[in-house]
Amino acid sequence: MASDGGVFCLRRPEMINVGGIGGMESPPLDVDEVHVLAVDDSLVDRIVIERLLRITSCKVTAVDSGWRALEFLGIDNEKASAELDRLKVDLIITDYCMPGMTGYELLKKIKESSSFRQVPVVIMSSENVITRIDRCLEEGAEDFLLKPVKLADVKRLRNYLTSDVKLSNGNKRKLPEDSVSVNTSPPLTLSPDSSESSSPPLTLSSDSSDASSPPLSPVESLSSPLSFPLDDEDDDVSTESSPTPEESPVRRQKMRSPSLD
Amino acid sequence: MDSHVAQLQMQYRNYILSLYQQGFLDDQFTELKSLQDDGSPDFVAEVLSLFFDDCVKLVGNMARALDQTGTVDFSQVGANVHQLKGSSSSVGAKRVKGLCINFKELCEAKNYEGCVRCLQQVDIEYKTLKAKLQDMFNVSVIIVHMNPVSVWDDFNKIILGKE
Repeated sequence: MASDGGVFCLRRPEMINVGGIGGMESPPLDVDEVHVLAVDDSLVDRIVIERLLRITSCKVTAVDSGWRALEFLGIDNEKASAELDRLKVDLIITDYCMPGMTGYELLKKIKESSSFRQVPVVIMSSENVITRIDRCLEEGAEDFLLKPVKLADVKRLRNYLTSDVKLSNGNKRKLPEDSVSVNTSPPLTLSPDSSESSSPPLTLSSDSSDASSPPLSPVESLSSPLSFPLDDEDDDVSTESSPTPEESPVRRQKMRSPSLD
Repeated sequence: MDSHVAQLQMQYRNYILSLYQQGFLDDQFTELKSLQDDGSPDFVAEVLSLFFDDCVKLVGNMARALDQTGTVDFSQVGANVHQLKGSSSSVGAKRVKGLCINFKELCEAKNYEGCVRCLQQVDIEYKTLKAKLQDMFNVSVIIVHMNPVSVWDDFNKIILGKE
């Protein structure tokens, strides 16, 4: 059985198709398929997140460290772009606390990379530390999930990705109103006022209603559309600066301008 | 024969409920169960198996670290506790997770005696859980044999409130 230091669990045959590093080439991905790179040093957590993602129809590559993630993406060794064409990655979801390279450090490296900085990065952590969350969001993280991660959390992420992939194969980012509106589900409950103001949904996914869950910490509801300056007061979906109005006051302003390019 | 099956099913049902009531499992276990389906019928068993492997490994690491009398590296112990806390949380092993929370504080306080005691408790706790879950799976196998309707249906009805 693969030890934790290995690529990831090799137990089940279907996982071979998941692809990964260590010489396992995955077939070129269908452009409509959402491909997620999951990074977590815990084998248990990798299996769980992989299952959560596959249930939401994502293709998953799971690796056990930030270094392997960079290696997979080809960020650390300037691989030719022919290689990169096969590596369509729509979302990177990473644990925060990892030995060697933390999720935060990985996030920074991804955002420094011209090829991958537009890929949304989601951080997971078992610890609900506001300063940590802020730091990640400021560095450009899309969202921050509190562990243990649940299906509702992943569905929420999936919802705002769907519009990206379907509307444009090349651009990972879409116009704010398209992605914001997908996040129609009542988020994990926050301060009362934030849940009143709902954006008119342009529902692209019918799964949004499944995302209701028992109230969780405010942090967990930090699902966001993409990174543009947030104005907590702004409920207007149609403008570029609109956030998901349901989001809590805890949601911090992103520090960087929209990378809609 | 039906009444035997019904009896077993009832015992099975009660057994699962008691695991929740006694705090062995929490809603993350329910969440994991909800991720299992006909296409992935062994998902829960798989994850639990990996979790218990983790327990063996991490408890071993901690025992070795604590064994370095005089030069115990508490941050090393703490790192292992953190990992165990994470995986127990991910599978819904509530008691193990709770012990890890205490354990972490003991590491931070560099409380040697406390850490040793806590490690012993962790060891007992994960083994107890493993035995209980094994019983649960064994019973479920028997029931499935006797009754083609999946025993997980009962589980779903009770725990998840599905019909």
